[in-house]
Amino acid sequence: MRYLYYPGCSLEGTALEYDTSTRAFLAALGVELREVDQWTCCGATAAQSTSSLLALVLPARNLALAEKLGDRDEILVPCSACYLNLKHVEVKAGRDGRLLGRINEVLAVEGLHWSGGTRVRHLLEVAARGVGPEAIAQGLKRPLGDLVVAPYYGCQCLRPYALFDDPEAPRSMEGLIEATGATVHPWSAGARCCGAAHMSTHRQVALELVTSILRKAKGAHVIVTVCPMCQMNLEGYQKRISKTCGEDLRVAVVYLPQFLGLALGLSPDDVRLDLNLAVTETFRRRVAGLEKAIGSPGASKR
Amino acid sequence: MAISHILPRPLGEGRGEGIKSAVCGRARYKEEGMALGGYTEKGEGVSLLSGVRDSIRSCIQCGTCTASCPLSFAMDQTPRRMWRMVLAGREEELFRTRTFALCSACYCCTLRCPRGLPLTEAMAALKRLAAGRNLHKGTTLFYRSFLDCVRRSGRLRETPFMMLYFISMKNPYLPIRFVPLAWKLLARKKVSLMPVPPVSRPLEALFRKVEELEEGS
Repeated sequence: MRYLYYPGCSLEGTALEYDTSTRAFLAALGVELREVDQWTCCGATAAQSTSSLLALVLPARNLALAEKLGDRDEILVPCSACYLNLKHVEVKAGRDGRLLGRINEVLAVEGLHWSGGTRVRHLLEVAARGVGPEAIAQGLKRPLGDLVVAPYYGCQCLRPYALFDDPEAPRSMEGLIEATGATVHPWSAGARCCGAAHMSTHRQVALELVTSILRKAKGAHVIVTVCPMCQMNLEGYQKRISKTCGEDLRVAVVYLPQFLGLALGLSPDDVRLDLNLAVTETFRRRVAGLEKAIGSPGASKR
Repeated sequence: MAISHILPRPLGEGRGEGIKSAVCGRARYKEEGMALGGYTEKGEGVSLLSGVRDSIRSCIQCGTCTASCPLSFAMDQTPRRMWRMVLAGREEELFRTRTFALCSACYCCTLRCPRGLPLTEAMAALKRLAAGRNLHKGTTLFYRSFLDCVRRSGRLRETPFMMLYFISMKNPYLPIRFVPLAWKLLARKKVSLMPVPPVSRPLEALFRKVEELEEGS
């Protein structure tokens, strides 16, 4: 399996461990990635709130660069916000020739052109559909049978385009988690909004949403995510939230390829577990092989 | 049980291909008119708002959007009531609410709207209108700082972006709120306080062309 690769801005900075672990996890399974050189920002939610044309042109520029590379037509994107922006262009310009023309009119100032052939794939789609749970089970080197894992999908890899999972009750991570031997935490918050950029602009509102998600995650040892924004919101404010609501809501939060990579035998350093903001001591010791098994969450959790 | 299981699905059922056709079928919302020839690139406020109104004209006020919205608890007007204001052209009232500013683009309402309306995109259009009127300053300046950084360096760098945001907000107490998180990120070298070396502004021509086209239309 070979894919073009668009990491996106977060994966160079605050989500560096998502980039490292995505590459390491896929390499361990023999999936080849080729990064699109000279890629630029997809516009995030900022472009959309400013100019509708810019919101399509910024991601389209990257699709044009990808197409120029020529050898593959599928581009893998780990960040859900980047994924949706690129997907918007694929879908909208794909069915509206006039729009595609307008986008290309702008891209022409850089000598670029996108003909519409590139397919955008989220990392989760590739992991669940391309790689599949069987490959994880076959390559399993560090069974994680005693862990309870809460799969957190967020919004933008699921909605509005329901391409590889149920956008209301997603389950694509469950097979992958079960393939590691771990148990899936039964909860209904996996597709609930984390507040996204409101954490910067409407802090209290976003904290409410994160609190409700963390409450529902009680009983899990670890939350697994597939988006840098969700990851940061869920991991970055746990101490403060626990203090505010007077109960211990701290829980490990890691990216899906980190979790699966560990199960495939990669070391905590290989997946840069040192960069995560919320990794409980028990989780760290367990995946480092210092503890054979850990008790139920809450008992001797921290 | 999620509401999607109760609502009729135009095509197919269950997971996999069924879902794909069901949701995308419904989500083939009337965005064509909005994406280009519609209101998004016209210059003035009145025609812009009428574009939003056109895109949601078949709203039946069922309230599924309100029931689906994870942010409705923080809104002063529910989404359903806000769409009513759009339909009725009650502009002044509309731009007094912070309802659309609180949309986090989770797409729940878009997915569930029984009329298949592009509600999340209409929310974004209202945000653009508000930005044009200098309303919701915090959010507008946040996004503007973001795009300034992207325009300058092609990719977003957190530190210069947040610096620009703080400066534009002119509130000396604002940065304090970000100290605990910034501290954790700095400790892991995920962000840096070192000045960013000057770059070649790789997106300048592209930004200019977009501005030129939008002014022209």
